[in-house]
Amino acid sequence: MLRFSSPMLFRTTLPNHLKVMVGVKRVVDYTVKVRVKDNKIQTANAKMSVNPFDEIAIEEAIKLKEKKIATEVIAVTVGNKKSEEVLRTAMALGCDKAIHIVVPDAEAEGVESLAVAQIFQKLHEEIKPDLWILGKQAVDGDFGNTSQLLAGLLDIPQGTFASEVDVKDKKVKVTREVDAGHQVLELDTPCVIAADLRLNTPRFPKLPNIMKARKKPIDTREVASLGVDIKPRLTIETVCEPEARKAGIKVKTIDEFYDKLHNEAKVI
Amino acid sequence: MFRVCSLQLAKALVLAEIAEGKIAPASLSAITAAAKVGPVTALAAGKNAKAAADILAKTKGVEEVLLVDGAQYDNGLAENFAPLIQSAIAKNGYTHVFAGTSAFGKNIIPRSAAKQNAMPISEITEVKDENTFVRQQYAGNAVTTVKSSDKVKFCTVRGTSFERAATEGGNGKVVEFAPAEASSKARFVEDKISKSDKVDLTTAATVITGGRGIKNKENFKILEDLAAPLGAGIGATRAVVDAGYAPNEMQVGQTGKTVAPNFYLAFGVSGAIQHVAGMKDSKVIAVVNTDEEAPFFQIADYGIVEDLFKVAPALTEKVKANK
Repeated sequence: MLRFSSPMLFRTTLPNHLKVMVGVKRVVDYTVKVRVKDNKIQTANAKMSVNPFDEIAIEEAIKLKEKKIATEVIAVTVGNKKSEEVLRTAMALGCDKAIHIVVPDAEAEGVESLAVAQIFQKLHEEIKPDLWILGKQAVDGDFGNTSQLLAGLLDIPQGTFASEVDVKDKKVKVTREVDAGHQVLELDTPCVIAADLRLNTPRFPKLPNIMKARKKPIDTREVASLGVDIKPRLTIETVCEPEARKAGIKVKTIDEFYDKLHNEAKVI
Repeated sequence: MFRVCSLQLAKALVLAEIAEGKIAPASLSAITAAAKVGPVTALAAGKNAKAAADILAKTKGVEEVLLVDGAQYDNGLAENFAPLIQSAIAKNGYTHVFAGTSAFGKNIIPRSAAKQNAMPISEITEVKDENTFVRQQYAGNAVTTVKSSDKVKFCTVRGTSFERAATEGGNGKVVEFAPAEASSKARFVEDKISKSDKVDLTTAATVITGGRGIKNKENFKILEDLAAPLGAGIGATRAVVDAGYAPNEMQVGQTGKTVAPNFYLAFGVSGAIQHVAGMKDSKVIAVVNTDEEAPFFQIADYGIVEDLFKVAPALTEKVKANK
């Protein structure tokens, strides 16, 4: 078989091959414990990373490409100028190209998932992907609703909290992590998948790929050009730190441990 | 002020999660939260939802129950629930839609919100007034009060932050409501439910958790031995679930379940931010870890630097002896 360097060439010839879009968010690194000061979350000098669930989404999309199920993987982010770095990471991992919807710094932190979903909706109508893979939640806002909002806006099926994804004949069999175990659904494409932790183990980008990713194209657009109102629906009235627990005690022996739990706390 | 006036206009719809004919505890907490904004209507949908609707009608705070008969609602498919909620809003003018923060609620509420062009508010821990809610961000490290400008507010409710409404003493009426059209684009294949006689984690008064220190799957037996006489639920950390020592539904944390039991006893858990996010509202926390630097000791009421394989069996014996 002839090998083409650009996967784009396959797109129109093989009807079962899919176009996948992956949503990526730049967030404060999950290992950083954020502080609250002056009624605001302090993120100014914090280490930033790709949202961990989005790494899993990227990995799944690349795996589909490696299995020759997907022909093209496009990473997209909505965020300020600096968010470009998460797209470079996505491309170093194997995404073919990227779209950066640039939000001015002043508004970037306030962009809500509804606005992101509306932006993705616009992109969907333009690019017509077969599959969206997003992370199940971003670890900054902890809302966990972009994928459901997007699926709802587009009126296409959703496979949330996915721990297994099997794509065949333009149908997606998705195993979902639910409260009592797992649920298996079959979805028609196009559809939206939200990656849970156990969907896969993301790979690390290799140095040569990081270098190559610098040359891959990023389609940069100003958010205003999309005609989506990004004004927040939720006004933040106050932000504070959670109430600190009072310091506890360390005991020396198991007997003492039991005694404290049994006689003082009266919990066992 | 307009507040009093608008308060009287607020009408809340609570999406009830029904599992094997029972109302999920998370839904009962959602009813308590919803009652703070206005009269509560509960939505009971399914093939045989009548019995569940009757329970909801007797639940304190519920004024009305919409009973929807349709097998398409049995597997919690958001594609079917979202149009149903939309038609209920169109017909009855609800201003709020609440559900418990469970896989069921988290799946459906945002999709329904999209249909109303609203920004959903996830996992609220407090209702300040009909527009203002409290929730946590950054794995529980920031507590945020938000005011919604949406016409219809969609919220999931953190079950451990609200009392569960009592399933007696209420006097609601059951009204039949027409099912919405079922989606053909998403199909239920099967449920793989972990059958166990274990105590439900999210509702247990005591939770015993094993972390990486537990070393293997078989060692969970020693936690089970201690859990049995205490009637405790058993949790796990992400590391343990990833390693395959415990099933995913046992995971406690930012991405797993949130628990707030009376007593949380952790064995071999370091206390990473993501784990603590799921249990820090527990009343009494006790930690057993050989590493005295483990961050968990900073939030624990009682800690012991000791081998869990010594502590757990010893506690089991003492608990049994004192029964």
